[in-house]
Amino acid sequence: MEIERQKLRVHSSLEQPGSPEELRARQLKARDMLRGDLEGADLDAYVEERVMTTTLEKILNVARANSIFPATFGLACCAIEMMSTVSPRYDIARFGAEAFRASPRQADLIILSGRVSVKMAPVVRRIYDQMLEPKWAISMGACSSSGGMFANYAVVQGADKFMPVDVHVPGCPPRPEALMYGFNKLQRKIMGNPDPGWRTRYNATGTEEWARGGSGSKPSEEALDAYRKAREVLDA
Amino acid sequence: MPDGPGLELIMAELNRVRPEAVVDATYDREQAALVVDPDAILEVLAWLRDTPGQEYTFLSSLHAADYLPAEPRFAVHYELLNRDRYERLRVKALLADPASPSSSTTSPLPEIDSCIELFPTADFQEREAYDFFGIVFRGHPDLRRMFMPEDYGGHPQRRDFPIGGEPVIFTRDEVENPGWWQ
Repeated sequence: MEIERQKLRVHSSLEQPGSPEELRARQLKARDMLRGDLEGADLDAYVEERVMTTTLEKILNVARANSIFPATFGLACCAIEMMSTVSPRYDIARFGAEAFRASPRQADLIILSGRVSVKMAPVVRRIYDQMLEPKWAISMGACSSSGGMFANYAVVQGADKFMPVDVHVPGCPPRPEALMYGFNKLQRKIMGNPDPGWRTRYNATGTEEWARGGSGSKPSEEALDAYRKAREVLDA
Repeated sequence: MPDGPGLELIMAELNRVRPEAVVDATYDREQAALVVDPDAILEVLAWLRDTPGQEYTFLSSLHAADYLPAEPRFAVHYELLNRDRYERLRVKALLADPASPSSSTTSPLPEIDSCIELFPTADFQEREAYDFFGIVFRGHPDLRRMFMPEDYGGHPQRRDFPIGGEPVIFTRDEVENPGWWQ
C-alpha cells in the first residue's frame, strides 16, 4: 500500500513543485472549475432558489414546534384517546411529540384530557405553573373546554377559567385524528406567532419563572436586555 | 330478608327493649325497612348487631337522602346485612331540618349519633353524607368533607342546592336569541 501511494503522488500535478507560471495556470483552472456555467443575474437567481436566509428566532420556533414534549397527564376518558394518539396506528411521533415526559419540569405541552373537577383545578394549575417556558396547553374535548355534559356543581365550566389554553379540540371524546389536527394547529401557532400575549390577557406579567424565583434565579443584565429588545421587535 | 311478620316481631322486640324506638316498619317489594327514632339509632343498631337470632353484623351501606318538601326532610339510611342467612334489613332515621321555621333547635345542621363505634366502615360514609347533605354525626372522630374541596360552601346534593353549570345556547335557540354567537 505504501508503494501505491508513492506512485500516486508522483503522478499528481498538484504535488509537483513548479514555476510561478505553472501556479498561475493552476489557479485559473481551479477558478473555472468553481465558477460553473452561470454568471450575473442568472447566478443570483440560482442562489436565491437554493439558499434561504432567516432569523434565529424563526428557526428556533421551527425547532420548538417539531420537538414538543407533552406531559404524561390524563384526566378522564379523553386520556384513552390521547394514549392511542401515541400508538403506532396514529403515531404522533410523525410530528415529533411522541416522548411524553413524566415530569412537568421536562414537558412543554399539557393536554387537558377530560373534565376538570373543582378539586382538581388547583392541581392542574400547579402542574401548569411547574412547566418551564415556553409552554403550551391543549384543551381536549368538550368537558375541559366548556364543562361539556357535566353542567353541575363539581366541574369547572371550561379550563381556561384558571389557566391559559392555546388550542381547544372539540369532541366527546375527540378522535385521535382530531387531537392530531389540533396539535398541528398548535405547531402552526408556535411557528407563526409564538407569543399570543396570554400574560397580558390574564394579567400575569411578572410571573415568569425567573421573575418569581428570588435573587438566585434572576437573569443577567445582558439576558434582560436581549429579552426587552426581542419584546420590542415582537410588539412592533 | 325478614318477611312481613318477621319484621313485626323485630319491631315489637325493639320497642320492648327501648320504648318508642321504632316509629314504623314497612315491607315493600320484598324489602324490609324500619323507621326509627334518631335518638335511639345507636341502641337499635347495637341490638340488631348483637342479639342472637338477628346478628346483622355487616353495614353494607350508609347514605343520606333529602326528601324536600317532605317533613321531616332528611333521612339517614343504614343497609344492614346478615351474611350467614343472607338477609338484608334497612334502618331509616328521619331528621328534621333545623333551618326550617318550625324547628325549635338552634343548630344549623341536622345531627345524629355516629355509629362508627359499632361499624368502623361508617367512617368514610358518614363523611360523605356530611359532605353532600350537611348531616352532622355526633362523635365522629374526623368529620371533614370527603369529596368536595375543604373550602367549598354548601352541601351540593341537597335538593334546594342550585345545580350549577352555565347556560348553553344552542342553534335551535336562534329564534329567541338572534345573533347569540356574536
